[in-house]
Amino acid sequence: MGIQGMELCAVAVVIMLFIAVLKQFGILEPMSMEDSSDSDFELEAVRHQPEGLDQLQALTKFTKKELQSLYRGFKNECPSGLVNEETFKLIYAQFFPQGDATMYAHFLFNAFDMDQTGAIRFEDFVIGLSILLRGTVHEKLNWAFNLYDINKDGYITKEEMLAIMKSIYDMMGRYTHPILREDAPIEHVEKFFQKMDRNRDGVVTIEEFLETCQKDENIMSSMQLFENVI
Amino acid sequence: MAAGVAAWLPFARAAAIGWMPVANCPMPLAPTDKNKRQDELIILNVSGRRFQTWRTTLERYPDTLLGSTEKEFFFNEDTKEYFFDRDPEVFRCILNFYRTGKLHYPRYECISAYDEELAFYGILPEIIGDCCYEEYKDRKRENAERLMDDNDSENNQEGSMPSLNFRETMWRAFENPHTSTLALVFYYVTGFFIAVSVITNVVETVPCGTVPGNKELPCGERYAVAFFCLDTACVMIFTVEYLLRLFAAPSRYRFMRSVMSIIDVVAIMPYYIGLVMTDNEDVSGAFVTLRVFRVFRIFKFSRHSQGLRILGYTLKSCASELGFLLFSLTMAIIIFATVMFYAEKGSSASKFTSIPASFWYTIVTMTTLGYGDMVPKTIAGKIFGSICSLSGVLVIALPVPVIVSNFSRIYHQNQRADKRRAQKKARLARIRVAKTGSSNAYLHSKRNGLLNEALELTGSTDDEQHISKSTSLIESQHHHLLHCLEKTTNHEFIDEQLFEQNCMDSSMQNYPSTRSPSLSSQQGLTTSCCSRRNKKTTHLPNSSVPATRLRSMQELSTIHIQCSEQPSLTTSRSSLNMKSDDGLRPNCKASQITTAIISIPTPPVLTPEGESRPPPGSPSHATNISTASSNIVKVSAL
Repeated sequence: MGIQGMELCAVAVVIMLFIAVLKQFGILEPMSMEDSSDSDFELEAVRHQPEGLDQLQALTKFTKKELQSLYRGFKNECPSGLVNEETFKLIYAQFFPQGDATMYAHFLFNAFDMDQTGAIRFEDFVIGLSILLRGTVHEKLNWAFNLYDINKDGYITKEEMLAIMKSIYDMMGRYTHPILREDAPIEHVEKFFQKMDRNRDGVVTIEEFLETCQKDENIMSSMQLFENVI
Repeated sequence: MAAGVAAWLPFARAAAIGWMPVANCPMPLAPTDKNKRQDELIILNVSGRRFQTWRTTLERYPDTLLGSTEKEFFFNEDTKEYFFDRDPEVFRCILNFYRTGKLHYPRYECISAYDEELAFYGILPEIIGDCCYEEYKDRKRENAERLMDDNDSENNQEGSMPSLNFRETMWRAFENPHTSTLALVFYYVTGFFIAVSVITNVVETVPCGTVPGNKELPCGERYAVAFFCLDTACVMIFTVEYLLRLFAAPSRYRFMRSVMSIIDVVAIMPYYIGLVMTDNEDVSGAFVTLRVFRVFRIFKFSRHSQGLRILGYTLKSCASELGFLLFSLTMAIIIFATVMFYAEKGSSASKFTSIPASFWYTIVTMTTLGYGDMVPKTIAGKIFGSICSLSGVLVIALPVPVIVSNFSRIYHQNQRADKRRAQKKARLARIRVAKTGSSNAYLHSKRNGLLNEALELTGSTDDEQHISKSTSLIESQHHHLLHCLEKTTNHEFIDEQLFEQNCMDSSMQNYPSTRSPSLSSQQGLTTSCCSRRNKKTTHLPNSSVPATRLRSMQELSTIHIQCSEQPSLTTSRSSLNMKSDDGLRPNCKASQITTAIISIPTPPVLTPEGESRPPPGSPSHATNISTASSNIVKVSAL
């Protein structure tokens, strides 16, 4: 019995070796693996050049010099002219080393990427910045509403707000004083809705949002805070 | 924060507006940029090559030279640019650091030049990027080794001057046979006896012809006495050598623990144990085994051969690779032995009686030896046997290149060290020549300077032109500095030969040197105050002699000049001149000459060989001399 068993094994081993040799010659092709790097390559190969300086000046409220300085910083970090979400998250995360800024960066990305292409071009970037830094309070509040409204349906639901709030609290990280409790975002959302939701229908519309914010002094003053950033 | 990302800070701040409606408390005030000015281009002129960058780029790193106000020191008002007289090639890397936040180290650059530039611009080398850090560290380590090597050798060279005690000399002779002929002789003698001992051991076992009775005897038993004598001689030499090394070793405990000494002990022990145990029959078997240890004498050759040492060191450093090789071989042996055993179990009269018995087959096959004493007979056995031999080649071939590369690396390191040592002599000679060149230049210029001044004062201008142009401004400033040092310390620089001559002379002739203190007062009167002090305080022959020597040379040179002015005293002078031409003179004559200077205006008062009692009128003489031959005073007061 044992002898035949061994011979069987020997024959099996020989066959396996034979197959290995054949594979080398390419006669038997195994299932080739998909190159996953192709998809990435697409984005890298694409380059984007922004609109001319004059057009951008017309679109935004920046001066030529400011646009130049902005573009230099933009191009330094993203030589291809396009910022995809990964790069955006990386850049934004550098400013918040203690916490996790990826979720908030995701929402920001969606807010900047107005035509939902998946990549921010310099025009999007600079238009967004123009609103934030040089726009009227009304425009800024509009932008903020856009940020909170994740699915862009015109209403901020409690879930959307909770997601936003959580992402903001995530940026704080673990080491805070006082210790961050689990329900802190939830509480915060409750307060927000109490303030904003006038008709208590569970959602905040743009009109409610604008109305409440314009009545709140804190918010109005804080909107003017970053006037001189550039 | 990376430099590039800093450009996105405005964006991050702008995006913070997204938090505002959610916040419940008022926000803190934003910091205002007081010196808000438009970003401007700065021109950095590095040795003619103009680099331009934004001011804010440079200000990203405020603790470096370019980022702080320190660069204002280099601002050129006329051209409105910052001028640095440094290497433009390295500056490229440094400016890139400001631009990209990453410092790179170019491979073609010399490590010390690069370090200097970094230090100049206030950048720490630790921030070199990961891409270049390894290279940088390697080069830095090599450079440090080279410097340490040079330092050691210099110390050794200087250390050889003071005498070591007997024990230290012996140890140095043992470790480095090239230091003295005796050490070399000892080295060769021990090498010869090691060879003799090893050959003896080998020849002992050769059959040496028959003894009546048709029994073949090995030479060892036939000429037992001769071999015994040889063995005794060798062991005695080894013992003496070991004891001498033990005596000379700076740390006896460490020496006894070292590998070489253990080998020495193991090599000579069998002999002594044999001496002790010849009468005891029971342990003679063990005694025979001990003789095997005599072969360890061959390892004593590693003191004589560097290659052997390198090999040993390589094996030690490749311990992990060798261990891996052993482990993988063991695994393969066990696997294949088991397989072969079960494959060959069925065949009749199979040599594969057990798995351990198959080990021998597996080892022989995997190392492709193939003795053929054990061969598989079944088909399965043959198949597995062939797989075994094929895989054996692979398993053994894998770790071998690692060991070889290790050996090659260590060997080349050693070669580099040897090359460094070989070139060291030339290198140090070069350094020494440069050093003595500069000091000789100073002495030379001093003498020229004396002649110069004297010529000036005596009015002959043609020679003066000839001599004065030989030194550049920097040289003359340097010489002036050295002269100030001389004046400060009341000692003078002289060259090596003079110094050694003075040492020899002073040790040989103490008599004239004792005269010098008594003469010093007279000499001092005619010379500047500093030198007078010098003469009075230094009674040691060594220190005063060089001073007097050089001063006397100064006087000699002045006499030489003087003679042309006062021909009336030529006769007495001429002899002095001849003496001055000879240059190096023992102290006594020099002092005689200087006495003569004083005596010349008043010949009857002092004779050239006269007893040197400071005559009471000597101050007046001095003043006479100082007024009449003011040249002398002036020259000495240089």
